[in-house]
Amino acid sequence: MTVTAVREAPAVAATSFSPVPLWRLTAVELRKMADTRSGAWLLAVVGLLAAAVVTVLSLTSDAPAFDFAGLLGPTVLPAAVLLPVLGVLSVTSEWSQRTTLTTYALVPRRMRVAAAKVLASLVLAVLAYAACLAATAAALPFAGGPDPWHLSATALGKAGLFLVVNVLLGVAFGMLLLNSALAIVLYFVLPIAWSILGEMVTALARPAQWLDLSVTSGLLLEPVMTGRDWARLGTSVAVWIVLPLVLGLIRVARREVK
Amino acid sequence: MIEVAHLTKRYGAQTAVDDVSFRCTPGTVTGFLGPNGAGKSTTMRMICGLTPPTGGHATVAGRPYRQLPNPGREVGILLDASAQHPGRTGRETLTLAAHLLRVPTSRVGELLTRVDLPAAAARKRVGDYSLGMRQRLGLAQALLGEPRALILDEPANGLDPEGIFWMRGLLRDFADRGGTVLLSSHLLREVEAVADRLVMIGNGRVVAQGAKDELLSGAGMRVRALDPAALHAALAAAGLSASPADGGALLVDAEAEAVGRAAAAAGVVLLELQPGRARGLEEMFLSLTNGATSPERTAR
Repeated sequence: MTVTAVREAPAVAATSFSPVPLWRLTAVELRKMADTRSGAWLLAVVGLLAAAVVTVLSLTSDAPAFDFAGLLGPTVLPAAVLLPVLGVLSVTSEWSQRTTLTTYALVPRRMRVAAAKVLASLVLAVLAYAACLAATAAALPFAGGPDPWHLSATALGKAGLFLVVNVLLGVAFGMLLLNSALAIVLYFVLPIAWSILGEMVTALARPAQWLDLSVTSGLLLEPVMTGRDWARLGTSVAVWIVLPLVLGLIRVARREVK
Repeated sequence: MIEVAHLTKRYGAQTAVDDVSFRCTPGTVTGFLGPNGAGKSTTMRMICGLTPPTGGHATVAGRPYRQLPNPGREVGILLDASAQHPGRTGRETLTLAAHLLRVPTSRVGELLTRVDLPAAAARKRVGDYSLGMRQRLGLAQALLGEPRALILDEPANGLDPEGIFWMRGLLRDFADRGGTVLLSSHLLREVEAVADRLVMIGNGRVVAQGAKDELLSGAGMRVRALDPAALHAALAAAGLSASPADGGALLVDAEAEAVGRAAAAAGVVLLELQPGRARGLEEMFLSLTNGATSPERTAR
């Protein structure tokens, strides 16, 4: 390579640039969840709520003695309810703020961006779960029952899966609807609608056992899950997460970016 | 560097872009002119793979945009300065882009300086920016990957006169160092001052394109005679087309000699024979874009 003249960018000979690796794209998506005002506030609220839950439960005098799994369940709840909103916004805010113009101009392969968003929300769930575990462990000496440190690997996995299922639900809704308000409202209203309709219409009570994700994912926090319970969870995940995600990916791939 | 071939976009029965073709070569600034709604932005989005075309295709650096491995390193894009997340700071916006472009984050500071966004402004959230500041931020983002081409949609919008002057200098310098620039505008003076080539579009169709100088000087000869009817007949006999101009003169699309010979052959007394006044770009722009059906006029 010969350097004949000191010139800036435009005159530089053609080089082959490599695409952004998926891990870096994921890291960027994770950062985008936390670097906006709304994202930072949501994360702060999740942290504060989890801390409040764990403090109240362990310090209230007449609280029942908890074991690890018993205390972990309530601690995970704020994250399970609010992190999906972050998952929704991760997808929808790009369209509502029209940052897709930049995102897809820099990374034209939209499926890679979508994959990075799914991966980023999984990483977020794992990080939040680790924080919940730490908070639970720290509070346990104050709330512990007779055998506080007893924790089965199954219970550990199920509580984590509970968080993951909820966060993925948010991403799937966001991907399908591509509209922040609609996706967030639907995410909160759907479980309520199921329980109201399930009570009013008896014919819906049985399908609700298999299709109401708020019920079936709640099974993950129960001490024991039967094979039938897993089947119920799998069915509702297929209907409310896998299907919207697939339809949403098709939508994202085809939609005109304006 | 940027090649557009027969790009067409239809939305239902409406045709937004109709068979648009042009080329932008290294070392030149191409001005993409047209009134609002003429199809400039749609064309640019099609070049960048954001809008799927109904027909035709476009390449950047020899490839369809979406096949570029890391497009931000080849071509800097600024399609809409207001399309930034308002809750993110200016510096953070550039830092995210730097990660995607795989350029060192130290370039973020350099670019902020280059576009004249002070550190205090860079710490503010984009929601608090004026349109002019967003344009500077968008330009910084476009330049971040050290691209060899720029595609900018209405970059002068919201800039003050000093900012417009600054941006002209920046784009001229970019092109003079071998870069390719495509910029759109509905402000004619803006483009006239910086562009080497012009592509004019109206109602989705290219109505004129070519080197700016040629397009501007293509006004022909102005000729006036004692007997206008006789002159008209003489020109027609010589196969020269003439169109009426003010003061009873005719505008002829030919050299002075040809017009003079035609008049002499018919014995017509001439009172005036001079190059037609170079019509302002604005006049040409208005006439061309108003008459959507006017035939394409090409000067290369």
